[in-house]
Amino acid sequence: MTELSKIRNFSIVAHIDHGKSTLADRLIQETNTVADRDMKEQMLDSMDIERERGITIKANTVRIDYTAEDGEDYVLNLIDTPGHVDFAYEVSRSMRAVEGSLLVVDSSQGVEAQTLANVYHAMEADHEIVPILNKIDLPASDCERVAEQIEDVIGIEATGAIQVSAKTGQGIRETLEAIVNELPAPKGDADAPLKAMLVDSWYDAYLGVIVLIRIIDGKLKKGERIRMMSTNAVYPVDRIGVFRPQMESIDELGPGELGFLTASIKQVRDTRVGDTITHEKKGTTEVLDGFKPAQPVVFCGLFPVDTAEFEDLRDSIEKLALNDASFSYEMETSAALGFGFRCGFLGLLHLEVIRDRIEREYDIDLITTAPSVIYHVHMRDGTMIELHNPADMPDLTLVDHLEEPRIKATILVPDEYLGDVLKLCQDRRGIQENLTYAGSRAMVVYDLPLNEVVFDFYDRLKSVTKGYASFDYVMTEYRQDNLVKMSVLVNDEPVDALSTMVHRDRAEMRGRAMVEKLKDLIPRHMFKIPIQAAIGGKVIARETLSAMRKDVTAKCYGGDASRKRKLLDKQKKGKKKMRQFGRVDIPQEAFINALKMDD
Amino acid sequence: MDAWETAFLAEIDRVGRETGPRVLDSVFFGGGTPSLMPVRLVDRILTRVRETWHLSNNCEITLEANPTSIEADKFRGFRDAGVNRVSIGIQALNDPDLKKLGRLHSVSEAMTALETACNTFNRVSFDLIYARQDQSLPEWQAELNRALDLEPDHLSLYQLTIEDGTAFGDRFAKGGLRGLPSEDLSADMYFATQEICDHKGLPAYEVSNHARPGQESRHNLIYWNYGDYAGIGPGAHGRLTLDGEKYATETHLAPNSWLSSVSANRSGESVRDKISEQDQYVERLLMGLRLHGGILIQHLSSISFSPNASSINELRENGLISVDETRLKATPEGRPLLNAILRKLLED
Repeated sequence: MTELSKIRNFSIVAHIDHGKSTLADRLIQETNTVADRDMKEQMLDSMDIERERGITIKANTVRIDYTAEDGEDYVLNLIDTPGHVDFAYEVSRSMRAVEGSLLVVDSSQGVEAQTLANVYHAMEADHEIVPILNKIDLPASDCERVAEQIEDVIGIEATGAIQVSAKTGQGIRETLEAIVNELPAPKGDADAPLKAMLVDSWYDAYLGVIVLIRIIDGKLKKGERIRMMSTNAVYPVDRIGVFRPQMESIDELGPGELGFLTASIKQVRDTRVGDTITHEKKGTTEVLDGFKPAQPVVFCGLFPVDTAEFEDLRDSIEKLALNDASFSYEMETSAALGFGFRCGFLGLLHLEVIRDRIEREYDIDLITTAPSVIYHVHMRDGTMIELHNPADMPDLTLVDHLEEPRIKATILVPDEYLGDVLKLCQDRRGIQENLTYAGSRAMVVYDLPLNEVVFDFYDRLKSVTKGYASFDYVMTEYRQDNLVKMSVLVNDEPVDALSTMVHRDRAEMRGRAMVEKLKDLIPRHMFKIPIQAAIGGKVIARETLSAMRKDVTAKCYGGDASRKRKLLDKQKKGKKKMRQFGRVDIPQEAFINALKMDD
Repeated sequence: MDAWETAFLAEIDRVGRETGPRVLDSVFFGGGTPSLMPVRLVDRILTRVRETWHLSNNCEITLEANPTSIEADKFRGFRDAGVNRVSIGIQALNDPDLKKLGRLHSVSEAMTALETACNTFNRVSFDLIYARQDQSLPEWQAELNRALDLEPDHLSLYQLTIEDGTAFGDRFAKGGLRGLPSEDLSADMYFATQEICDHKGLPAYEVSNHARPGQESRHNLIYWNYGDYAGIGPGAHGRLTLDGEKYATETHLAPNSWLSSVSANRSGESVRDKISEQDQYVERLLMGLRLHGGILIQHLSSISFSPNASSINELRENGLISVDETRLKATPEGRPLLNAILRKLLED
């Protein structure tokens, strides 16, 4: 157990690519928490996908031992949080487990939308905040300007901000000293009944569910019996420990400390993030304010390209869900695609991450259908249906009106791209709420329909601003609008997996864009194929994919028979990546790409 | 006697022992540049072939030749050795394109070689490549008409096509090929080619081969009709029926490995695979449907596989194949789509 005054718990707040993970790496290295030979880039991003995409998906923790310049030994607990808006809920709950934050801003870029969003989470959690200007080794670094911007936009004192290059290691010592000297020690009472916060939990193939906890009061030892206060479930604690960043067992955790426990818990779903953990007997009666569980907002269908792989898909989805309570799924049957799952995600990145993991870790080729939000369908009889899948849209004669979720989007963008951003928001049915300036950067706030954002808004924003804009959003409300279901017919057959909900005023434009896209995405067949978009029985856009005209090997003599036969074999296998609709083969990527708009 | 000659003769002896006495309908010196072979070697090979097998009365003996003066000078010698047909790789009738295609000869050199060939041999064929980079339809039509004005009896007209698993395919995939015609332009060029050649009395008898009736290449017809052929020399493929089984054979591709394999192992063969009934069926289809005459149904039904009935129906409805009591054929509309037809026929 560590003395309270020698503990500092903190997180790092930063926009993507501002160097959060590299800074964490340096703190770990500088304090010899990990031997140099075991050090790898982005120590805390443990999933391949995290390292590849340069993003953090799950919160991770590390306990660092540090001997400060005052000669005292300190224990520093870092929670590394995700930077992407999809995982904002992870950020806000991780913040509640620590007392302070390092605010990392790229001194060559300045404050971005996610810097803002995350720093607000930190402020809400009453954090002491230490500003850090990173990447001072870059020629474009301008510490004075960025410090001023932090003061203007965020409103915290930044003149004495620590100047760091996580790349070269400059400023790392000063950062460690600031953590010790400027962040508060946690409070707590070692003699009070046990009160611990369940910060996070995940599934480990060997140890079962691992629970990340923060002790508020009391002490927890191995072998004790604990009670989850929300469910009253009781478990014997098998193991307690800390992360360095790999797991290391210890005997006891005391107030102010962060660590983990395992207790033969079978599913992540048996644990509630934000729950209060206490001893089975003589426990506390005070319950911590829980967290609101994260709700999926984006839904899509996942179907195996090869229908024979449905059971494998079920298996993989169940396993992934074990570890990710924010991911929901239920079985779905599509006339076009057969058996699959309707899955709910926190956002599009979350969707892509889960899909990539299924394809990679479980080797299943997937068809992903058009992402959709949850619509509120108000029926004439006064009832309300939550519509997760456009294919389930009830008969229009029974429907009174529809409502869709709206968001408040905050976008920070350099002045020269503002026009393009405003046009993009306008095109996506946005209503401008605010437009202010911080230096040469504009901050625009838009009220937007979530369904216009969910799909490719972020990609489009990045492309029209050459990557210089940053974006964050919060859900606001459901609002009535003129929404219709648009279906797509390929060779006169409706393909339910391509149905989408669209605003009536934009239906023609969307329909046209979609059939044109499909015309390019579907390979030519031996016959011509009409591709139509329709609302109800009315066709609103039509394209015809011409029949294939030329596909023959010019030279084929005695020496070519074997090669040609093997090529046909190979092509036969390649065809499994397509799905047949009537007589038409549609490539798997067409289902998503048909929706992307190049406006 | 040099090592090459020894090796060729040893290989003829080896294959002769395996096949036993058979009647040869054709001999073909092809692949690479056989016209660079010394006349003496061609003579020795043909002499040994005659000693090994019985040659049919009108046995076709073809040699592929490059249209350069050096090679044309040897035509008479080749004829005296027994060669009775040449196939000349002219490729294009304009010099900049020949250069682009990596050819060492010029158009005027090619014309001289062609003239020498016509004065030496009864049967002469030449080939051209079309749908080349930046080639327009009228340009190709004019070039083809010029070729037909030379009054050949046989022409091979190859569309430059990009296929997976070839050097061109790799270059194409890496974006190294520009100015290639679109699918629609390729199709227009193909159909224009058929029309012009039909009009001049050289109809196609195979996807890329045109002849005055009776002047078809008997050797190549054996490939497309899936007959037996022995492959002798470096990198040669064969299809041989031995003891009632059909085998695919290949010899070492690199000339030096072939040579050392022949002397060390008394065989240049590197592959000998028994072809399964299913693969025989596939090969018969992919070769036979190239012919305007198509495939004799009796040949298909002698193999215990049958084409997918619903595919056949769909292809017939789309007018791409025709089936009657005796033959399965690609229609004139289907022939340029043969790869797609094959994929469809081979669906599970």
